[in-house]
Amino acid sequence: MPDERSKRQDLPLARAEQGSETQAEQLVRDNIAWMLALAERILRDRGLAEDAVQEAFMAAFRGLDSFEGRSTLKTWLHRITVNASLSKLRQLKRLAERPIDEYLPEFDRHECRIEARWTYLAPLQDVLENDDLRARVSESIDALPESYRIVLQLRDIEGYDTSEVAELLKISASNVKVRLHRARAALKKLLEPILRGEVRR
Amino acid sequence: MTNHHKTGFRRWLKGLTLKRVHRMITCREFEDFVLSYLDGELPDRQRSVFEWHMRICRECRDYLAAYKRAEELGRAVLPSPNDPLPKDVPEDLINAILDAREL
Repeated sequence: MPDERSKRQDLPLARAEQGSETQAEQLVRDNIAWMLALAERILRDRGLAEDAVQEAFMAAFRGLDSFEGRSTLKTWLHRITVNASLSKLRQLKRLAERPIDEYLPEFDRHECRIEARWTYLAPLQDVLENDDLRARVSESIDALPESYRIVLQLRDIEGYDTSEVAELLKISASNVKVRLHRARAALKKLLEPILRGEVRR
Repeated sequence: MTNHHKTGFRRWLKGLTLKRVHRMITCREFEDFVLSYLDGELPDRQRSVFEWHMRICRECRDYLAAYKRAEELGRAVLPSPNDPLPKDVPEDLINAILDAREL
């Protein structure tokens, strides 16, 4: 996350801390839409996202004392929302590591890659401009186990770096890298019919 | 010789060649370096061995091109912070949050 420094006294949060109900309400109204969207990107479910955002605001109100203005209000709330969403995934046991081996590259006994010849590789725009193909890409991403999809979402989309993702997921940085690579390799395998031009609806 | 056997033979020959080239990596080792290579984190010497392997090995070259395309597609299709925000934030959710704060 970009960490733009900002003075605490300028923040509406500091005013909310002082207890005005209107200011607390303003804080909620100003931020709830993007927090809801973020939680839904992680949880892929609107109802769960609403629960997570409610918990995130509770954690934010409770943690006002620990917010020292070292990051912007948005950066701080972003992380709280991600944590609340991940905690939901954990409660639902959706972050448990599931085998992904069937989608990973194969090698022969001489450690040579077993890869069918590529005679065509679909251009990016051709896939993105076709709604059916786009939908199939989304379905393939949904087919990834949650523990892999979440690494793609946090690192490639939400802008967290490897060590931040490691901290959020409570795993080591090297494990984040392994999962990220496996997630991309598995996605390549799942997308092969599209990438090879075998599916052109 | 069937196509299947030809492919197997070619792969065996390539495996043998790669093993004889000084400091060359196998395809499995290539796989372990992919992420660091794409992140620009490989030290110079490892990067040149990686790129050398790619020049020799069509399978790894094609694999990496497809891997990168899949990654680009993933980035483009995964829901993004740039997507439009929901306009219908339920009022009862806002009230529930504010009520809970008062408890």
